[in-house]
Amino acid sequence: MTQPTQMSITRLTWINVAKDLRLEWRSRDVFNSMMFFALVVVVVFSFAFERDDSRPVMGGLIWIAFLFSTTMALNQSWARELRNGVLDAYRVSPAPAEALFLGKVLGNFILIVLLECLMAPLFVVFYNLNSVGPLWQLVVIALLGTWALVVNGTFFAAMSIRTRNRELMLPLLLLPISVPAVITMVTATTQVLTGEGAPDVQMKFLAGFCVIFTTACFLLFETVLNAE
Amino acid sequence: MEAGKFYVLRGENGAGKSTLLRMIAGLNEPTEGGIFIFGKPNKDARHSMGYMAHAPLLYDELDGMENLRFFARLYGIATDAPLQDAMRRVGLDPGLARRVGQYSQGMRQRLSLARAIFHEPRLLLLDEPFSNVDPESALQIAKLLAGMRSEGNTILLVTHQIGLLANLADEYLMLSHGQLVDRGPMAGGNA
Repeated sequence: MTQPTQMSITRLTWINVAKDLRLEWRSRDVFNSMMFFALVVVVVFSFAFERDDSRPVMGGLIWIAFLFSTTMALNQSWARELRNGVLDAYRVSPAPAEALFLGKVLGNFILIVLLECLMAPLFVVFYNLNSVGPLWQLVVIALLGTWALVVNGTFFAAMSIRTRNRELMLPLLLLPISVPAVITMVTATTQVLTGEGAPDVQMKFLAGFCVIFTTACFLLFETVLNAE
Repeated sequence: MEAGKFYVLRGENGAGKSTLLRMIAGLNEPTEGGIFIFGKPNKDARHSMGYMAHAPLLYDELDGMENLRFFARLYGIATDAPLQDAMRRVGLDPGLARRVGQYSQGMRQRLSLARAIFHEPRLLLLDEPFSNVDPESALQIAKLLAGMRSEGNTILLVTHQIGLLANLADEYLMLSHGQLVDRGPMAGGNA
């Protein structure tokens, strides 16, 4: 028998990330659909708001674009594992389920952060947007908010993959549980963009949300993966 | 089941053959009882098991070696040599830089078998390995399985093409409505 070496969960996680990014690079089905949706939101809403009056609503607008783009990405990333039954090949292997979960979370996180980086200049151009508050706070809020959405979304997308209407199920499961995080992300972003108030409490809340849900999803994922 | 034997699982459609393989592989839970492989619960014996399902269990966007490489890492195999060997054993060229999505059904089937055997499992679970495969390739696969059996590996295979295995398998197991209703030596088999 071929002698296996013990691979750490970290190594297996990165193997999963590399595989997911390679699949996405070759198909681009997730990124293209996310980009298209985000672009539509930016362009359509730019007709609804005056360029200089939009600042108070931009927090909500930015996160609507990213929230729904994230939902699209999450559905697709699991749909790929169902095609040809590949998920079963993972399940019969000795690799821990947690490595698959963390790999998916990181892969999706990288894609969505990339989307945010590409969309940021467009928000500036279309809405004449610049930050009144410190820019680093926007970056922290974006990273924490994205992680909060991705970690919950990856977990609930895994939960809904075997349901017939999984595209419908994911928002129904994800959005209610993410409401506290989404409200916090929107208010914190608006505070930084308008310079009205400091989002310190919101950032701490988001960090706590990320830690709690990452831990819970990590611990429960194997049960979800193997649920019949 | 005895270790080192080649079993063919038979039965009408819906008899539970694939479900039984999935339960042994740990993909489905039995409603009662447990499954032990070489003395261990099946979920602790994943290194010793190879599973080939009805679906190919491969990524269309990756080529053959990339697919095997990914799954090999999950088994802790860090080198390509056993993967190239598995591809050659099933009659595929390890250097073929074509995505699996562009493979013929027969090639997918063979690559799927390579995925199931690259880690040299002691127990091989195969669900319809000869479907979509031309007669020559089916014979090649049957000979490969016979070789694995003679090395002392246990094989449990579901097929409707019994003729191919008449002289290779040891025993047949007949399922009906989820129950084992008959078993016996294969005509002209090794038993």
